[in-house]
Amino acid sequence: MASIAETHTGPHDGGHHESYLTAKRGIASWLTTVDHKRIGVMYLASILFFFFVGGVAALLVRTELLNPGKDLVEHAVYNQLFTLHGAIMVFLFIVPSIPASLGNIVLPLMLGAKDVAFPKMNLASYYFYVVGAILFILTIVLGGLDTGWTFYAPYSTTTSTSVISATFGAFVLGFSSIFTGINFLVTIHKMRAPGMTWDRMPLMVWALYATSLIQVLATPVIAITLLLLICERTFGIGIFDPALGGDPVLFQHFFWFYSHPVVYVMILPGFGVISELVTVHSRKGIFGYMAIAISSVAIAFIGFLVWGHHMFVAGESSLAATVFSFLTFAVAVPTAIKVFSWIATMYGGSIRYTTPMYYVFVFLFLFSIGGLTGLFLGALAVDVQMHDTYFVVAHFHYVMMGGTFIAFLGGLFHWWPKFTGKMYDERLGKLSAVLVFIGFNVTFFTQFVLGSRGMPRRYYTYQPQFHTLHEISTIGSYILTAGLLVALVTFIKSLKSGEKATANPWNGMTLEWHTESPPIEHNFAEQPICRRGPYDFPEIDESAAGARH
Amino acid sequence: MSDSHAAHGHADAPGNNSPFFQHHFVTMTQQASAAKLGMWLFLVQEVLFFSGLFMFYIIFRYLHPDTMLWASEHLLDKTMGGINTVVLLFSSVTMALAVRAGQVGNKQHQVTYLAITIVCACIFLCVKYVEYSHKFHMGALPGHFYSYAGNIPGEPQTFFALYFCLTGLHGIHVIAGIIALLWLMKRSARGDFGPTYYAPLELTGLYWHLVDLVWIFLFPLLYLIH
Ligand SMILES: [Cu+2]
Repeated sequence: MASIAETHTGPHDGGHHESYLTAKRGIASWLTTVDHKRIGVMYLASILFFFFVGGVAALLVRTELLNPGKDLVEHAVYNQLFTLHGAIMVFLFIVPSIPASLGNIVLPLMLGAKDVAFPKMNLASYYFYVVGAILFILTIVLGGLDTGWTFYAPYSTTTSTSVISATFGAFVLGFSSIFTGINFLVTIHKMRAPGMTWDRMPLMVWALYATSLIQVLATPVIAITLLLLICERTFGIGIFDPALGGDPVLFQHFFWFYSHPVVYVMILPGFGVISELVTVHSRKGIFGYMAIAISSVAIAFIGFLVWGHHMFVAGESSLAATVFSFLTFAVAVPTAIKVFSWIATMYGGSIRYTTPMYYVFVFLFLFSIGGLTGLFLGALAVDVQMHDTYFVVAHFHYVMMGGTFIAFLGGLFHWWPKFTGKMYDERLGKLSAVLVFIGFNVTFFTQFVLGSRGMPRRYYTYQPQFHTLHEISTIGSYILTAGLLVALVTFIKSLKSGEKATANPWNGMTLEWHTESPPIEHNFAEQPICRRGPYDFPEIDESAAGARH
Repeated sequence: MSDSHAAHGHADAPGNNSPFFQHHFVTMTQQASAAKLGMWLFLVQEVLFFSGLFMFYIIFRYLHPDTMLWASEHLLDKTMGGINTVVLLFSSVTMALAVRAGQVGNKQHQVTYLAITIVCACIFLCVKYVEYSHKFHMGALPGHFYSYAGNIPGEPQTFFALYFCLTGLHGIHVIAGIIALLWLMKRSARGDFGPTYYAPLELTGLYWHLVDLVWIFLFPLLYLIH
């Protein structure tokens, strides 16, 4: 039987297959590439750069908060720094992080496809990202931004800082996100290898599917909102500013209709990564495959109906607030299904203590705290007390950094041998996980305490009774930074002198492990055919039912 | 079953020797259905993009029904809006005929129908230009730029913001459509499209119908208020 790959590999037919990294050479071959793996690598480099920029801003903020009053910068600069940190981390790092970098590389590989459905659109979405990023950098040059990442009106329509370039940047980034979403949805629907039914797709793919749905359905709303904000600033139209006859709560509705679902754009791919890591490194089939798969879609769906929980104190009717509160609690159900399924997967498994598995532990611990404190904030009476305090700051850092970012880092360690063809130093990797875990908790657990004692977020200075806790938090952020630097050293050392990786160093069953490390340019020498579930590890077959095929 | 045969891929599947076949797909059928799904998803996001403005419309109409009524009755020309509606509806018909001509590979008909569609789109924009310049002349403009002498109740400067945002954004979509149609006409004349490959025609057709549909909503919502 002539397989498809044999008929279409063209010049490589029968010969030696070059890896995607070396098949073509020169900067131009990268900048004009339509290979999803190379585009993913370019995304990876870009988002890591912006993580660095946003991280430096965060360290400056934390250092400024070491003592009340001025340490490093004036209050106006401080306002710009926390805005810069939030806006860059949200729009330039977390939203594109897992889908556009790791997802871009592994999705077609996991599906057994040669590329995403629309490779040129994939490249276009990267350039949209670049243009959006440039507009953000322009904001810094053109007088900064001090609205916070949420651009709340009417402050954002009246402040003298350069709101337009930032919002236009976010608008352009929105299109990058939409294009990636459309591309992934079509790829998953139309490009699966023969035999790969929906219930044989790796859970990472399910997570990316749910993520892409949200990207396509929610992002256009923020796009039009930001456009209206720009119109209001330019023409003085009264849409959001009450002084001009507008309604500021309307802005919040529009904004959170996107920005709550986008929280799931950030975390769902993280769930996908954890599902992969936990099974491969526990050597055990996933517990509750369908439950995890469907709960991703359920979270995406319910996620569209909870945006009002950001406006409990912004003049919402108590009926609406009650309904939004109830629905917010409802999100906890599919989320808990996932967490319990991961734990059940580990139960009785043969856990390997690798760096990715260390990050899974870190994730489970931190994300559980982040998720549970979300329930505090979803409860109406508690939220009135906690709203706009450090409790909120701690909560979303536990979810976004402790969840998404940790999953991203764990996934990067897990797929690093696949991407680069090099192994890394396990001891250094584990050290980074431990340092990050300690540093993170010292930084942000303190902030739960600060918030519950009434420390408001975004303030430049504070009452003396908060001093010690702020000091501890700042020291924690330095430990966290040290952990991240160790991870960076691990990666650099691996690139320089890492051992050569085999095609399948973790003995994974999903299709990305069935091609060379790094993969060849067209992913597979022959069209792979999917004959089993993504987590049917051979050793399970032997122990359970003897020699099964 | 020829369908499942094609889905599993074969070099001799229909269209796989077409110069427009992209080799990361297995068959031309897969390529076409992927493109179509992509276009539908794009249209979904377009609808949501406009939905923000429609929300703005609903809230404004709820807050200032008198402004809306007065401005719509006195400053929006039902005849011009009506002409534009007919023109766009007609262009949707010719677009559909162009797609049909593509499916059967009739080059002459493709070019003719696409040309008529483009002419209709241009008529639409000309009428819009007349309407816009009339409003510019009277000072019926958004926000700070509002200088209309007449006494409109409520917040007329915001009504015109709404009017220009909605029709302007729609107009941009018409212009984008014209560019796509011109590109298609060039390809049609070259004879690119036939029974195995007509996806660009079909997709642009879908887009054009959406642009038409948005106007079908805008026309009564802005021009025909009672
Ligand atoms: Cu929320």
